[in-house]
Amino acid sequence: MSTVTLAQGSGGRAMQKLIATLFMAAFDNPLLATQEDQARIPLHLLNESGDRLAFSTDSYVIDPLSFPGGDIGKLAVCGTANDIAVGGATPRWLSCGFILEEGLEMATLESVVRSMAATAREAGIAIVTGDTKVVPRGAADKLFINTAGIGVIPAGLEWGAARLQPGDRLLVSGTLGDHGATILNLREQLGLEGELVSDCALLAPLISSLRDMPGIRAMRDATRGGVNAVAHEFAAASGCGIELEERALPLKPAVRGVCELLGLDALNFANEGKLVIGVAANQAQRLLERLRAHPLGRDAAIVGEVVARRGVRLSGFYGVQRTLDLPHSEPLPRIC
Amino acid sequence: MRFVDEYRAPERVMQLIEQLNARARHLPHDARRPLRIMEVCGGHTHAIFKFGLDRLLPDNIEFIHGPGCPVCVLPMGRIDACIEIASRDGVIFCTFGDAMRVPGKEGSLLDAKARGADVRVVYSPMDALALARDNPQREVVFFGLGFETTMPATAVTLRQARLQGVNNFFMFCQHITLLPTLKSLLDRPENGIDAFLAPGHVSMVIGTGAYDFIAETYRRPLVVAGFEPLDLLQGVMMLVEQVGAGASRVENQYRRVVPDAGNSLARQAMAEVFAINGESEWRGLGTIADSGVHLTAPYQAFDAERHFQPRRRRVCDSPEARCGDVLTGRCKPADCPLLGRRCNPNNAFGALMVSSEGACSAWYQYRFQEEEA
Repeated sequence: MSTVTLAQGSGGRAMQKLIATLFMAAFDNPLLATQEDQARIPLHLLNESGDRLAFSTDSYVIDPLSFPGGDIGKLAVCGTANDIAVGGATPRWLSCGFILEEGLEMATLESVVRSMAATAREAGIAIVTGDTKVVPRGAADKLFINTAGIGVIPAGLEWGAARLQPGDRLLVSGTLGDHGATILNLREQLGLEGELVSDCALLAPLISSLRDMPGIRAMRDATRGGVNAVAHEFAAASGCGIELEERALPLKPAVRGVCELLGLDALNFANEGKLVIGVAANQAQRLLERLRAHPLGRDAAIVGEVVARRGVRLSGFYGVQRTLDLPHSEPLPRIC
Repeated sequence: MRFVDEYRAPERVMQLIEQLNARARHLPHDARRPLRIMEVCGGHTHAIFKFGLDRLLPDNIEFIHGPGCPVCVLPMGRIDACIEIASRDGVIFCTFGDAMRVPGKEGSLLDAKARGADVRVVYSPMDALALARDNPQREVVFFGLGFETTMPATAVTLRQARLQGVNNFFMFCQHITLLPTLKSLLDRPENGIDAFLAPGHVSMVIGTGAYDFIAETYRRPLVVAGFEPLDLLQGVMMLVEQVGAGASRVENQYRRVVPDAGNSLARQAMAEVFAINGESEWRGLGTIADSGVHLTAPYQAFDAERHFQPRRRRVCDSPEARCGDVLTGRCKPADCPLLGRRCNPNNAFGALMVSSEGACSAWYQYRFQEEEA
C-alpha cells in the first residue's frame, strides 16, 4: 500500500514527482502549466466580466473525508466557489493548499484530488496555483485543504446584507440541514438510513440564473451555523430584526428525524449548497418561482421577513414567538 | 414523523386550549393566585418554552419548573472531583455530552479536555465498557448521571462488567432519585405547588404507583405526561378536572409509553447494583435526606470514588442566585437579579442555567429577547 511520506513535502525530487504525476495531471490547465511561482491571470479576462474582484478563502478539515453526497475535495471547491458566487461573481480561479499527514494512503489523496478536479472542471473553474506540505504522523489528521478563489462581480450588481430593510422577505433555496445531519449520522454512528445525503453543491449556476432579478438585496450560503447564523448576520449588518416562520421551513423527513432524535434544531445545522436570500417583498413570489425552476432550488421557500424590531425570532406552530438565540458553539466540530 | 406530528397538530392544540379556557373559568384560582402546576422534568420545561405552551394557558394556570433536570442539580464540587479523576495519567473519562460544559469551581470537563485530559462523550455506558475492554492498560471511568431514566442502563453495564471481570472499568456515581426530592419540596412550608405533571421517562421505570404518596399524603393531584404539546396540555386538562372536582389522584396520560406497573426488570437490575440511603447534595436545593444513591457491596470495586479517592469538596452557589426559589415556584426565572448579564448560557452562574434543559436556560434561549422588548 503506497502512502504519503515526509519526503513528498520536502521540496526535493519526491515532491516534484508528486506534483507532476498527481496535481498537474489532474488539475491540468494553461495557467497552471507555466509552473511559475504564481499564476498570472490576464487582466482583460477580469475587466471583460465586471468591475470588482471577489476574493475569498476557506479551509477544509472535515471528518470523515468522504460522506454521502461528496468528499473533502468537492467541498473544498464548492465551499470557496460558493462564497464568491453569493456576491454575484462567477468563480473562475482557485488556489489550493494541501496539508497532508505522513502515512496518508496515496489512494485517498488521489481520490480527493480527482474529485476536486472533476468538480472544478464541471463548473468552469481552474485550479491555477497550489502548495503541498507533509507533516509528521499525528501532527495533522489525514488531510486538510485550503482553497482561495477569485471571480468578478458584474458592474451594477450590489448585493449586500446592509441593504436589507423592513418588509423584505427571506427565502431559502431548499431543505435545511442536510449536510449537518448527514455528517452527524456518520460521525456519531447513529446508523440512520434513508435519504441522508449532503447537499454539497456548486451554487454558481443557480445564482447566475438570478442575476437579472430586480429586488434582490442580499445573498449568503448558509454553511456552519446554518440558516440561523445567516439570520443573525443579516440582522447585525442591517440593524433590523429577522422573523422566521416555523411552518414554512423546508425539511427532509430524515433530517427532521435526526433533529427529533437528538433534540437539535435544523436551523442550526450546516448546509453546503443552500442560499438564504433577502428580497423586496413585491419580488418574493417571482424569485421563489425562479428558484424552483432550477434543479438546485426545487424545494425553495419563503421562510421569513425583515422587521424593524431588532433580534432574531421564530413564530412557532401555535403562533407564539420565541427568541432564536445563536448557539454558544457549533454542536459538531470539523463539519467542513 | 407521523408519530410526532399527531401530537403537535396545531388545530388540536388550539381546540384543547379553548376547552381548557372554558374549564379553567370554574376554578377558584385567579391570575393573582393561579393554579400552580409543577412540571417536574427538564424535558417538559424545554417543550413548554419551545412551543410557548405557558403563553397559551388561561391566566389562572401557571407552570412551575421543577427539579427534574439531573445536570442542573449537579453540585459544582462533584464536577471538580470528576475533573480531578479525568486529569490523572492513564484515565479515559467518559460522560454524556450534556455534562461536558457544566462548570465546577475548577472549570468544566471541556476545559479539562482542552488541558489534555482524555475526556470522551459517549451515548451509552456500554460504549464506555467497550472502551475499557479495548484499552486494558488504561483506567476507564464512566460518569453515571441521571434519575431512574439512566440508572437501569448503568446497572446493566456494571452487571456485564462484573460478569466479564473487566477490572479497569469504574463508575463515578452521580445518579439521583426523584421521589425524596419531591417529598422534600412538599415538606417546605409555602411551597406553592398545587399539582404535578410527572415525567414520562422516569415513570416508565418506577411505575405510577410510586407517586401514590403525593396524592394520598400530600393531597396533590398528579398526572404522568408525555413530552409533546398535546400530551402536556391533556395532562393539564386532567389536573384541572381533578382540582375542579376536589380530587387528588395519580393518573397516567402517557399510557402509550408508560405502563402503570413500570418496568420490573429495570428495577431489579437497579436494586441489585444501587442502594438508596443517606443524604445527598442537590445544587440549588441543598441537602436532601434519603436521596443518596450508592453502589451495593458486590459492585463497590467499580466505584470510581473508592478507587481514585478524589478530594471531597463543597462549593456554594452565590447567595444572590434564586435557583431554589425558581425550583419551588416562589419566583420565575425573570425575577432573579442575576439572570441575563451575569447568568446566561455562555456564563452559567446558577444551577438552572447550566443545562439546556434547565428552566432559566430554556427561558433565556426562547424568551430573553421577547421579555426584554
